[in-house]
Amino acid sequence: MALPSLDSPQWQSPWRAFAWGVRSITQTILTLVLFATYLGIGALAHDTQFSLLWALCSTLFVWAGPAQIILITTLGSGATIIQSAIAVTVSAIRLFPMVVSVLPLMRTPTTKRRELFFAAHLTAVTLWVECHRFLPLVPRERRIAFVNGLGFGLVSVCLTANTLGYFLAANLTQTLGAAILLLTPLSFLFSTARNSREVADVVALTLGILLYPLAARMNSGLDILVSGVAAGTIAYGVHWWREVRA
Amino acid sequence: MSAAQLIGDWQALVVLFVAGVVPNQIWRMLGLWFGGGIDEGSELLVWVRAVATAILAGVIAQIVVEPPGALASVPDALRYGAVAAGLVVFLLTRRSIFAGVVAGEVFMLAGKWWLG
Repeated sequence: MALPSLDSPQWQSPWRAFAWGVRSITQTILTLVLFATYLGIGALAHDTQFSLLWALCSTLFVWAGPAQIILITTLGSGATIIQSAIAVTVSAIRLFPMVVSVLPLMRTPTTKRRELFFAAHLTAVTLWVECHRFLPLVPRERRIAFVNGLGFGLVSVCLTANTLGYFLAANLTQTLGAAILLLTPLSFLFSTARNSREVADVVALTLGILLYPLAARMNSGLDILVSGVAAGTIAYGVHWWREVRA
Repeated sequence: MSAAQLIGDWQALVVLFVAGVVPNQIWRMLGLWFGGGIDEGSELLVWVRAVATAILAGVIAQIVVEPPGALASVPDALRYGAVAAGLVVFLLTRRSIFAGVVAGEVFMLAGKWWLG
């Protein structure tokens, strides 16, 4: 499937543009990665005693895989609401620069802020990557409709995956259930590693994994935050040191 | 599966909004309102991104080290081995996420089958 050329009459209707956005989910391997991740999230929700409706609401309203997994694992392991909220909000800070950098791609001089609401809500790492790839091929005045379609398609895929994962975890043998739960750490590890362009990102990822077991021994209830802030700050130190030397 | 299991109680949904939706969504809405004028390469954002990455890494480690539900039935060595095998394949295939995930899963399932 190739998108119509920029001057094609296909782009005259916003609904057509929305439909092209929905169809574009078939053009990226990231859709498959999201499917696997959300299959895992559905299974994780089941095995940590959350309801299916809860899992679906978290996908619809949070729409950020890392935040959802942090929320489920922290609440599931007995953290307080405040502790979970802090861990979620720190993980979500990265959405701020993403939204700031992606919205100008679809804004026109007459665009009102509320027209960008759904695009802002749908912004997460996958959409952010795909916007940079697809939007140059879409006429500017149809980009919001296209992004809404793309996001709608991706959310639908993930809601389906959640439901499937939830029922699979409930009905599969223990081994296959374990296989589905393992999808989440694997897909997150490799997609984060793939997005790590700078040394600081690699150090943060590696140290973040290695420091967690140490932090967990302190049993503070804030293990993830302790290891995350420590590893992230060391990674930033490496970045700073390289800048100074350069 | 019962209706209670599918729908759950309203308290859990309140917790979802207070601990999940609001703390997450606030950053997108700030981006929508105060977009523009923020330098994407600023030092503060570099630190924030590093901490966010490390927190996610911690969550990955937590799931593997203190596995939930059915994953706890897999022996420690097999879980760590699966992640290591996936990582090796991921690196060998010039960072193919798909190949890494498949390799990790195959390692775990083969190990389970072999152990009986």
